[in-house]
Amino acid sequence: MSIEPLWEVFVRSRRGLSHTHVGSLHAPDATMALRNARDVYTRRQEGVSIWVVRAADITASSPDEKDEFFDPAGDKVYRHPTFYQVPEGVQHL
Amino acid sequence: MSASLSDLFFYTLRLGDDALISAQRTAEWIAAAPQLEEDVALGNIGLDQLGQARSLLQYAGVVEGAGRSEDHLAYFRDEREFLNLQLCELPNGDFAHAMARLLYFATYQQLLYDELRSCDDEQLAGVAGKAVKEVAYHVDHATQWVLRLGDGTEESHRRMEQALDALWPYTAELFESDELVRRLAVAVDPSTLQDEWTRRVMAVIDESTCSRPSASYQHSGGRQGRHTEHLGYLLAELQHVARSHPGATW
Amino acid sequence: MLTGMDSFQATIDADGRIEPRDAMPEGYRKTLIRQIAQHAHSEIIGMQPEGNWISRAPSLRRKAILMAKVQDEAGHGLYLYAAAETLGVDRADLLDLLHSGKQKYSSIFNYPTLTWADIGAIGWLVDGAAIVNQVPLCRCSYGPYARAMVRVCKEESFHQRQGFEILHTLCNGTEGQKAMAQDALDRWWWPSLMMFGPPDSASTHSEQSMAWGIKRHSNDELRQRFVDMTVPQAGVLGIRVPDDGLSYDEESGHYRFTEPDYTELYDVVKGNGPCNEQRLAHRVKAHEDGAWVREAAAAYAAKKAVRAA
Repeated sequence: MSIEPLWEVFVRSRRGLSHTHVGSLHAPDATMALRNARDVYTRRQEGVSIWVVRAADITASSPDEKDEFFDPAGDKVYRHPTFYQVPEGVQHL
Repeated sequence: MSASLSDLFFYTLRLGDDALISAQRTAEWIAAAPQLEEDVALGNIGLDQLGQARSLLQYAGVVEGAGRSEDHLAYFRDEREFLNLQLCELPNGDFAHAMARLLYFATYQQLLYDELRSCDDEQLAGVAGKAVKEVAYHVDHATQWVLRLGDGTEESHRRMEQALDALWPYTAELFESDELVRRLAVAVDPSTLQDEWTRRVMAVIDESTCSRPSASYQHSGGRQGRHTEHLGYLLAELQHVARSHPGATW
Repeated sequence: MLTGMDSFQATIDADGRIEPRDAMPEGYRKTLIRQIAQHAHSEIIGMQPEGNWISRAPSLRRKAILMAKVQDEAGHGLYLYAAAETLGVDRADLLDLLHSGKQKYSSIFNYPTLTWADIGAIGWLVDGAAIVNQVPLCRCSYGPYARAMVRVCKEESFHQRQGFEILHTLCNGTEGQKAMAQDALDRWWWPSLMMFGPPDSASTHSEQSMAWGIKRHSNDELRQRFVDMTVPQAGVLGIRVPDDGLSYDEESGHYRFTEPDYTELYDVVKGNGPCNEQRLAHRVKAHEDGAWVREAAAAYAAKKAVRAA
């Protein structure tokens, strides 16, 4: 077993964008994880800000529950603007 | 070359050689580091050092005005013409030695470049302005590791202390002042950096729980081209392909 | 509602992507672990033959490029181990399997780099072959592997070019440099062809991997693609591909070439190549020499955690 825990790395590629998951790495602690992430994942100017999160601390939804989690949203088409009819000639709506 | 240009040439060479020889040693760690992440980190540090070396040697060639390029200066000078600190040329040793050297050297570079970036020579100031950010990261990297090794296990504590001690006799040379740096207006007199350097380095060592290093003897001579026996082998390796094909381009 | 294996098959059939926590057949998981680990091992062992020349690179520009390239390989190994870890294995365990010889890496790295031109040949041929192999993996059915490969391929695009540039410079240089380039091609051509694995007629894993969307093209298809791509480039360099049977077939638009001697491939895979022992020993030594450092970092982290609590 690795004595260094696994960390997930999120990088903001430029100001105005969200942090996006880019990969993972091993590091003994958060301080080193952040530095390793800088060296490993931003060698080509890929980022302006980095988050690291211990992989074990992430709570994820289960693929087995994906139907009850995500299907109910499928028929709520009224949440999307394209559901509504706009009379011809109406602007800024 | 006028006397002042000659001073500028040799001063720039000193800094360039420090960076080049350090890069050569750092690169030896690639594919041999304690973990993959560290291979990548040391790669970045080595590339920073090599980048500084190239800028400085290239500029030294311009100052000299004899048509020597960065490669002429790196590949076709002999041992006695290299002006780097002996600290930079010592063999790598274990990882604790690597981090002790990086702490000593990068802290020195950081203070030096920080001064140099406001000097009157536009080129040197430009190189220093870029490099000062790079070496700040090197200092941080070395600091993180010295803390972890010093305050890690018994074995790592012992090794870290040994490394800090072993390299200490090569640190006085960093701050030696001489006629050249006093004559040359743009040069940073390294003796002015020593107090702050000592304060910063000792703060890290104290926090690492290692005892402060000391030495009864201090080495010297790199700035005059007098080196340890190790530099000859380093240069033999660095230079042999280029020298086997004189005049070739690569 | 599709669950478990039905959902897996439906996703594969629709050319969708399987993600880490999805149900998957044990064979799929094992095949992927084996393949991704072998790929990761190849990246980190591959650092050695090229790392061998960093200290001797004949110009500072070349030295910087080579350092960046070898560093990329460490990074790529790291991305790939991370992809493998999403399948429930641990990087340290995979490294142990590499170190004990239970998992393999690409045999190409068991050949020595003898001259500077070998660095050019590795970039041009070995990375060229790797790209041919890897580009289809960007569409692999397993999401984390595909994503890692997208990153790897993007970063590797400079690797092949720098190799070709090295050889191009040598081929336009002195007689000695040109001879060095030819010698490198002579030695690396056949091992490069072997990088695509055994011929389809003898490949053991191919069929199932194709069905699972892990592999997209057969070994022989990829080998042909590589030859078609490379031979004209050798023409530009002005060096000779060491194959008397090489000819262009107008009708098919492909080059006909002599198959490499696969007994050599099997032999090197078994451990009988020029550098097998050296490569593994170097890797094991780095790992063992670093053990006290990793332990120290873990001990420090534990102390800090206790103090913070």
